[in-house]
Amino acid sequence: MNFINSDKIRKDFPILHRQVNGKPLIYFDNGATSQKPQQVIDVINRYYQHENSNIHRGIHTLSQEATDAYEKARTTVQQFINAQHHHEVIFTSGTTGSINLVASSFGKKHIQAGDEIIISTMEHHSNIVPWQMICEEKKAILKVIPINDKGELLIDEFKKLLSPKTKLVSITHVSNTLGTINPVKEIIKLAKTAGAFVLIDGAQAVPHTKVDVQALDCDFYAFSAHKMFGPTGVGILYGKEAILNELPPYQGGGDMIKTVTFEKTTYNELPHKFEAGTPNIVGGLGLAAAIDYMNKIGIANIEAYEHELLSYATEKIKQIEGIRIIGEAANKASVLSFLVDGTHPSDIGMIIDKLGIAIRTGHHCTEPLMNRFDIPGTARASFAFYNTKEEIDVFITALKRAVNMLK
Amino acid sequence: MNSIQEIQQEIVDEFALFDEWMDKYEHIIELGKDLPLIDEKYKTDENLIKGCQSKVWLHAELKDGKIIFTADSDAIITKGIVGLVIRVFSNHTPQEIIDADLFFIDQIGLQEHLSPTRSNGLLSMLKQIRMYAVVFNSKVGS
Repeated sequence: MNFINSDKIRKDFPILHRQVNGKPLIYFDNGATSQKPQQVIDVINRYYQHENSNIHRGIHTLSQEATDAYEKARTTVQQFINAQHHHEVIFTSGTTGSINLVASSFGKKHIQAGDEIIISTMEHHSNIVPWQMICEEKKAILKVIPINDKGELLIDEFKKLLSPKTKLVSITHVSNTLGTINPVKEIIKLAKTAGAFVLIDGAQAVPHTKVDVQALDCDFYAFSAHKMFGPTGVGILYGKEAILNELPPYQGGGDMIKTVTFEKTTYNELPHKFEAGTPNIVGGLGLAAAIDYMNKIGIANIEAYEHELLSYATEKIKQIEGIRIIGEAANKASVLSFLVDGTHPSDIGMIIDKLGIAIRTGHHCTEPLMNRFDIPGTARASFAFYNTKEEIDVFITALKRAVNMLK
Repeated sequence: MNSIQEIQQEIVDEFALFDEWMDKYEHIIELGKDLPLIDEKYKTDENLIKGCQSKVWLHAELKDGKIIFTADSDAIITKGIVGLVIRVFSNHTPQEIIDADLFFIDQIGLQEHLSPTRSNGLLSMLKQIRMYAVVFNSKVGS
């Protein structure tokens, strides 16, 4: 059953009505960033036109209003991911910022020489490099869960990697390159049994599926606003209260302190302890507006509709001779990575761009994963709920034309 | 042998025949397919210019006071454009290359391929060509 009225929804996204290279835009690069509905754009405009003021430190009305709106946005996020407390929701600059915060603060507190951190083959560079940096600093060891040819994690291999030395497991919920939805609940349970903490990179999951951090029982969950129809430059780190309370602050500055003297500074309470300096206030409000928008459509509806788009596109693309789909997990989000024999993905991307179609080509910031499949990169179409089957038809026709030109 | 200026003008005239983007790309792809550009033995890591999207190999040697460039790419459109760049610069003296004013890429509407975000190795290749010219020039001079 399809509860998505894409005609109506598309009216909310002004950018979808523009032309690119003289053709109507078909935007299939949602894995990189999603487009923004008018409702989010309006919140951003209104903030700068009517509400702009600094938060948490002013006595005047505007500052109080901005503070209230920002804290209300935090509550919106809390409810969206079902966090137990509102102060478990930390505003950051994005998923990358969130992971770096944990790598730094958690690393300082909990990682020692000889300890182990487990990630997987399909991680984005932002869930690899921060751990490499902390491992290098602390003389700790980074372990990697392998995958099968379909792009699924080998859970048995993961079990073998777990040991009393494992301090943290950091895994993506949904792969940005393969679309694989990982069995994070099982992973978290296994890690907990081994006594390890768990961070889930939810950047690609939150736009497509309902996330309940209490049901998952993860210690940290990171995601970005811009991939879920909100503005760029803002994201969330969820962390369990008890764990966050123990960690040292990440950055020093205003807002994160209780009192400062030259002899001794005491730190503010959660969540402010981790939010030094003036935050991206309008970003937080934009994120809340994006969540309101998604809730209005219904995340279950979004998930079902996107699944339908993915099945449709997968079936159609298989008709192209020499097609190779990269990522064929049983459980997949709306990401379709592919190669066509005898062609380079960047050539395909360039040609169909001239036909108005935006896809991503390259290694998608997952170079180790590309090495695992021994490919230079892929072409990737990633769908959102404002995309349609008609757009997929146009894309397939354009793809056939590109392949004909290139072969 | 035509000057760098003249070869660029030739290419501009050649591309003036195409008004449609797809025709332009088709022509570039044909150029890419037709050109076996580089000797396999020069496809080394040293000669590799790695872009985010595609790879370019560039080899240079000095012959009778002129630089002979050969190159290749794993992506065909990039390879076609690389072929054009080679056609312009190869077989000229280092000084001619240093003095050259590159205009054909702009004029045939391919400047977007030189943007750093495109990251296909072309921009680095142009810098590399210039660097070879400077290095060979100092050798010729000494």
